[in-house]
Amino acid sequence: MSRISAVASNTFREAVRDRVLYNLIFFALLLVGAALLFGQISIGIQRIVLVNLGLSAISVFGVVIAIFIGIGLVSKEMEKKTLYTILSRPVQRWEFIVGKFGGLAWTLVVNTLCMAIGFFAALYLLARHFERADGYLVVAIYFIILEFVVVTAVALLFSTFSSPVLSAVMALALFVIGTFAEDLRAFAAMSHGAMRVFATLAAYVVPNFASLNVISSVAHGQPVAASLVVYNTVYSLFYAAAALCGAILVFEYRNLK
Amino acid sequence: MTTRKSTVLVAAIVLAVSLAGAAVTVHQLDHLRARATAEEALYVPSAKILQGLSLGYNGLLADIYWTRAVQYFGTEHHLRSREYRLLEPLLDITTTLDPHLTVAYEFGATFLAQKPPEGAGDPDAAVRLVERGVRENPSAWRLYYNLGFIHYFERRDYAAAADAFERGSRVPGAYAWMKVMAAQMSQHAGNVQTARFLWSSLYETSDNDDIRANATKHLLALQVDEQVALLEKLVAGFQQRTGHWPANWTEMAAGGYLRGVPLDPNRKPYRLTPGGRVLVQDPEDLPFITQGLAEEPSQQQPNESK
Repeated sequence: MSRISAVASNTFREAVRDRVLYNLIFFALLLVGAALLFGQISIGIQRIVLVNLGLSAISVFGVVIAIFIGIGLVSKEMEKKTLYTILSRPVQRWEFIVGKFGGLAWTLVVNTLCMAIGFFAALYLLARHFERADGYLVVAIYFIILEFVVVTAVALLFSTFSSPVLSAVMALALFVIGTFAEDLRAFAAMSHGAMRVFATLAAYVVPNFASLNVISSVAHGQPVAASLVVYNTVYSLFYAAAALCGAILVFEYRNLK
Repeated sequence: MTTRKSTVLVAAIVLAVSLAGAAVTVHQLDHLRARATAEEALYVPSAKILQGLSLGYNGLLADIYWTRAVQYFGTEHHLRSREYRLLEPLLDITTTLDPHLTVAYEFGATFLAQKPPEGAGDPDAAVRLVERGVRENPSAWRLYYNLGFIHYFERRDYAAAADAFERGSRVPGAYAWMKVMAAQMSQHAGNVQTARFLWSSLYETSDNDDIRANATKHLLALQVDEQVALLEKLVAGFQQRTGHWPANWTEMAAGGYLRGVPLDPNRKPYRLTPGGRVLVQDPEDLPFITQGLAEEPSQQQPNESK
């Protein structure tokens, strides 16, 4: 466990050193700008705009970081030859993968928490008070974190067998497909024969990001069912575990010479 | 067992269990969010805005919205819903994103026009949708046909129906019977033969299984409506002659009114009430019938719903 946490803390430190958290400045500027702008030019939707924009920005920034750092987690270590130094110590390959995943996931959690504080501050400045329905915003942010966990695992899986550019393209494509996962399953349900089998299989293999996105509904103050929180949590953990195990299996057999 | 082998074994087991767990969970999520996709899709209710946001991929987005509309209709229909409030906006977005998606006008209008629970029961919205389809696709003669159908069956506006069939008959490639249809409208509007002709022609000319199945249901409903009317006439004749209502079909058969127990198209015997009314045993199996229902018979003419 200490070896995994050592890899994870190193990954976190490296991400911070790479100035990943600079995105927070852009995020803050975006929120302040949006709050000021929409406060002047629109009526009645300032809060909705702020929530939509704020939560979407948290999601987009996080996904971009997860993909573009995730794809380099293994290849960068190989390129810099530091991987050999790590693996020559008593660190097993699976520990390296799990540690890398944990480090990036932690980076994203910290990043998200900072953005969430900024987001709630902007919301308070705009409305001058918090409402009961704002509690659902916390749930939406929690779902965004779950989304990052899945994206990080997927990006890490791709980075174990593919080049960084190809990994980025595949991870991004999978993210886009995943946001339409429910539609994909609807298409599968409408098809027939062999196509139905293939489409259903594909629809269940791609990550299901659709149910993790409740930004629009919470922006309208709609509640989030407790069962959705439970199922989304269980689903994300299962999917991330599957992707991580896939990464471990590939990495175990990868020729590192 | 070496460390690598045990790692691989554990990882493979966890991978299989996790994938299975994810599939089961996502299935549960789909149940939980059966209506959410369509509702969330309408958080951006403006098709024009969506057109801009689609970055030129509006055809693809239209396909997705059309699928959502079909899924939404299917779910509500399955629940025997009386209200389809998201249907019109979903169809509006679909056809604005892709004005040439004629299938959305054709099926969408049917979904909108049919009476609940078979549809949204909003023929005016259906007419608006198809009229827009006609404007965008003037060479699609089937849309005029759809329009005529809605005017005839749902709105009972026979002049408008005749006009729609007439306009459609002028489109190159339109079937010749479109002209016949226009003539029928002005001469025999409202009778069962015209209704049967319309549904039969739809059945014969469509290559879509769903449309053909729908036409078959309507033709069966027409048959039931006619049979019930005829049986009730016979029962009334029996009552006039004998001074009492028949207790059962056997009594009618013994009196020479019938050859045996009359059966509906699903081979189930019709029910005879003490007051001389003839009822269908399982009306659920025969959607669109207007006669033989347990409640008061409607005042409309036989099978006047699409």
